[in-house]
Amino acid sequence: MVEASQKIPVTVLTGYLGAGKTTLLNRILSENHGKKYAVIVNEFGEIGIDNDLIIGADEEVFEMNNGCVCCTVRGDLVRIMDGLMKRKGKFDAIIVETTGLADPAPVAQTFFVDEDVQKNARLDAVVTVADAKWLSDRLKDAPEAKNQIAFADVIVLNKTDLVSKPELAEVEARIRGINPYAKLHRTERCQVGLTDVLERGAFDLDRILEIEPDFLEAGDDHDHHHHDHGHDHDHHHHHHDHGHGGLKHYHDEDMQSLSLRSDKPLDPTKFMPWLQNLVATEGQKILRSKGILAFTGDDDRYVFQGVHMMLEGDHQRKWKDGEKRESRVVFIGRELPEQAIRDGFEQCITT
Amino acid sequence: MSDFDAPDGPSIVSITDRVRLTPLGAAVGSVHFLGDRAFFVGAEESVAIVTRDGEINRVSTHFGAILCAASDGKRLVTGGDDGKLIAIDDKGESSVVATDVKRRWIDNVALHGDGTLAWSAGKTAFVRNPKGEEKTFEVPSTVGGLAFAPKGLRLAIAHYNGVTLWFPNMAANPEFLEWAGSHLAVTFSPDNKFLVTAMHEPAMHGWRLADSRHMRMSGYPGRVRSMSWSAGGKGLATSGADSVIVWPFTSKDGPMGKEPAMLAPMPARVSMVACHPKNDIMAVGYSDGTVLMVRLDDGAEILVRRTGGSPVSGLAWNAKGTLLAFGAEDGDAGILEM
Repeated sequence: MVEASQKIPVTVLTGYLGAGKTTLLNRILSENHGKKYAVIVNEFGEIGIDNDLIIGADEEVFEMNNGCVCCTVRGDLVRIMDGLMKRKGKFDAIIVETTGLADPAPVAQTFFVDEDVQKNARLDAVVTVADAKWLSDRLKDAPEAKNQIAFADVIVLNKTDLVSKPELAEVEARIRGINPYAKLHRTERCQVGLTDVLERGAFDLDRILEIEPDFLEAGDDHDHHHHDHGHDHDHHHHHHDHGHGGLKHYHDEDMQSLSLRSDKPLDPTKFMPWLQNLVATEGQKILRSKGILAFTGDDDRYVFQGVHMMLEGDHQRKWKDGEKRESRVVFIGRELPEQAIRDGFEQCITT
Repeated sequence: MSDFDAPDGPSIVSITDRVRLTPLGAAVGSVHFLGDRAFFVGAEESVAIVTRDGEINRVSTHFGAILCAASDGKRLVTGGDDGKLIAIDDKGESSVVATDVKRRWIDNVALHGDGTLAWSAGKTAFVRNPKGEEKTFEVPSTVGGLAFAPKGLRLAIAHYNGVTLWFPNMAANPEFLEWAGSHLAVTFSPDNKFLVTAMHEPAMHGWRLADSRHMRMSGYPGRVRSMSWSAGGKGLATSGADSVIVWPFTSKDGPMGKEPAMLAPMPARVSMVACHPKNDIMAVGYSDGTVLMVRLDDGAEILVRRTGGSPVSGLAWNAKGTLLAFGAEDGDAGILEM
């Protein structure tokens, strides 16, 4: 078995049409960083760089024959990874660009379910490029755009020079209403540090250190952290907004994140079956999940992460002296059964 | 054998000292015999031609990965990620047979006994007869595997949700054999009665061609990457488990309702199988580098290569069945003269 650190990192690059994916890709390929990337693209010719490691893909999404409707993989990717592995040593990392309308889940799941792919490569992060000017509109009319924001580990909010400050605040608030956990970078022409989008280790269990919302500005004194969404939703409008000291906050009607925490330890004999059952029954709605857990009578932190119905978890390290033994679980998904999840989690707390 | 012992234990006959080792220094993708010379197809760029005396000659073929290879015993044809299809004759002379206009990867290749050649790039299957006439056929999703039927000019094209049987010389519509899932490698039984695919999931699927009756062959812990028909087509030996799974094809129902034989268990995954062309024995390569020779009727084993190193990735007999060649992912290779 290849050690995780020796596996080739794979960055999934998503973004709605015209957001600037190709600009970012061209930067990654042309900048002088001493690394060689194999790039799997859906359109040949968009990239103006001659590289024999640019591979055209067909975005063929296959259902796995395991009776699980959301266990879809990219069949073409399985084949391409197979071929690329024959050229191991000729490149340092892989970037998979998806079409603007693609759901990132099948790409991500390919790296979890396919034994041969998993043996050689590891998913590094899902990076979503978003257009500051048009994202708010796309979130209203394009479910794909919403998926890509919800799924992201890193969001490159591009073309910020084309919008006013209030417009920028508005689109950021909408992003945060869906996914408060992704790292967000504001850019013009995708001028983001490449270290901010590559080698993120977002799917690396050892790097699930903290699950905190990403704070944008030091001057933002609003406490996002304990912001409670337990209010009534206005179901006549697509988006619900409410002000807090002048800062707009959106709660997206159908795509949300749900954060659970407990200061008391969890009972592993209850929590693990509950979590497995939850993703088995509601996995279609749950896009991403992550958790750091303190179990009863266990001196190790347990960490897990998941994509739809797929979960992986492990003991991570010992709880440090003086470290608060707190469990945190985060779900991002569509129409999450919030109360049922909260109640189920409560029942796993050791009393 | 009643109990299984480690291959370096005293209970197994070893002929490891009779193997001529021919380290190649580059990963082996597959191996094929043209006459008495073994053609080791590298994972990238070149083919190493090795004589029975261990002399190595290298032929550069592709500027990149070699994705597929097939041989009819007279020539070897390889497809690469450089969009080229290259033929090498038994003298080691190479020539470009085809170049994909869009420089797409050549994913699969198959050879017919009459010299007709088939290959695929993406969703398109190509056929070229010995006169040089070319025909193409498009399937709904990327081609996973190609195989010519042993009789007539009929090409099986495996893809998502089934296999298309195409008759390039006939106006008739192609036949479609449906089964949900992604079908990769495909093979006809030598008697032309059955068609079997290795799927993306750890299972195989088969059809009886007379009535398209399904045969499900599942239970593998890993994907089946290597299949080989035993002499006379009596059984289909497969990789993917910690023993060789051999499905019986002697009755008119094929393996339907029958248990497969499970031979040569090891604490490693079978990575390659190659049945002897004439006798009821097979060579088996494992993920831990072991190579065994196994008798099909009673599972008796002979050690050809000791455990160690990387997975066996190429294994083949010459047509007469007098030479066995093996190669591994770390570039180790050898030839055994029987």
